[in-house]
Amino acid sequence: MLSLLKGIWSVFLHSFHRRVTVQYPDQKPYMPPRYRGRIILSRDPDGGERCVACYLCSVACPVDCIALQATEDSEGRRYPKFFRINFSRCIFCGYCEEACPTYAIQLTPDFEMGEYNRKNLVYEKDDLLIDGPGKYPGYNFWRVAGAQIGGKRKGEAEREQPPTDLRSLMP
Amino acid sequence: MSGLHAWANVFGIMVAALSIAAGLIWVERRLLALWQDRYGPNRVGPFGLLQVMADTLKILTKEDWVPPFADRGVFILAPAVIMATVLLSFAVIPVAPGVVISNLNIGLLFFLGMSSLGVYSVVLAGWSSDNKYALLGGMRAAAQMLSYEVFMGLSIMGTVLLAGTFNLGQIVEAQRNLWFVVPQFAGFLLFLVAGLAETRRIPFDLPEAEGELVAGYHSEYSGMKFGMFFVGEYLGVTLISALISVLFFGGWLGPLLPPILWFLIKTFCFIGLFILVRAALPRPRFDQLMAFGWKVMLPLALLNLLITAAVVLARS
Repeated sequence: MLSLLKGIWSVFLHSFHRRVTVQYPDQKPYMPPRYRGRIILSRDPDGGERCVACYLCSVACPVDCIALQATEDSEGRRYPKFFRINFSRCIFCGYCEEACPTYAIQLTPDFEMGEYNRKNLVYEKDDLLIDGPGKYPGYNFWRVAGAQIGGKRKGEAEREQPPTDLRSLMP
Repeated sequence: MSGLHAWANVFGIMVAALSIAAGLIWVERRLLALWQDRYGPNRVGPFGLLQVMADTLKILTKEDWVPPFADRGVFILAPAVIMATVLLSFAVIPVAPGVVISNLNIGLLFFLGMSSLGVYSVVLAGWSSDNKYALLGGMRAAAQMLSYEVFMGLSIMGTVLLAGTFNLGQIVEAQRNLWFVVPQFAGFLLFLVAGLAETRRIPFDLPEAEGELVAGYHSEYSGMKFGMFFVGEYLGVTLISALISVLFFGGWLGPLLPPILWFLIKTFCFIGLFILVRAALPRPRFDQLMAFGWKVMLPLALLNLLITAAVVLARS
């Protein structure tokens, strides 16, 4: 009987405790920068699309929510003709970000993606593409890759030797 | 009492009781949240006060579903019974001098009778639902309320002996010098426990024990019929709190403030206590409940009555 009264009293003392609720819409919680939220496609510092449409994200995705179609521009750069993420399927596992060889696809700390219409959860490339480089400022895939594109021949990338001239290789 | 005055009393008390009972839904959620270090409903209107309105609108627009296997007439009647009996009990509560619907000589007995009739609501709801969980809940409610009613009646006989009347208004007047909680402290505790059991609130909510019986006697109810049980429970809480303040804490008596305010303050203190008990205590097993009622509380109530009677006899 005494323990019951003690219990009631200790519950009553909770009137003077701090409330632990985070008043969410008014009071935004701190989201760590590496939080896996809404997926974006970033651009390199020069403003070009980073995505080279290699399909690795699409392959890595365990729920197959990423769909894209590769194409090539006049300079020989690969880029996605369309890039579609179905967020009603996405489980925000971040495998696509890990698979991406060019830091193009990234997960952001934004999680407020509620929609009244299910179809609005399908994000097209326009919805995904942002203007900045995201988490990796200063990285430009085409500037470090050895691939030859318009305006950049072999051997002109950063930290790259010019290719050996086989014909000048004399004994 | 003139006709107009009587009508004003009837409607005033009924509207007040119903709106307090409805408001208690918000009060209880806020207080439970306070004691669990949360906020509770605070979105709809200032401090979430309009939560009750939102809930009411929602519950009124819900489908009014009667299961095809239920005993239709009784099923519909049961929730009305609880509202009717509890509201009728409010007729004898003296809110302030002159503010009482019926100044009955046997007011206390009338209350006991009405609370006994209230058992029918729960039993009939459990029976007519034709659902084993509802039936079990109804049976539990019948057994629990019958056994707790026995010492509920006995626990308040001490105050009746001291006041020498069953009239609640005169019981309040008899407490001008000393609230009955002092000479009848045991009676107060017994009545508090019995009141908790009568309103089927948490330490005694075995009839609806959601862990075992889905929702007990109102498993099959939805919409406003469920709302009637819900509001009926809160009406019961208000009624028991009002009775505790009338029987043991001097009802409207108090300095400075107007009598009606004193009555409301005291009543709300006990409503708060009811909610605090709900926040703190778990639910006992059913055999523990029955053993507690018959083996502990009933002898204590009898002892209390015996000693009070002896004291009254020795004094006279």
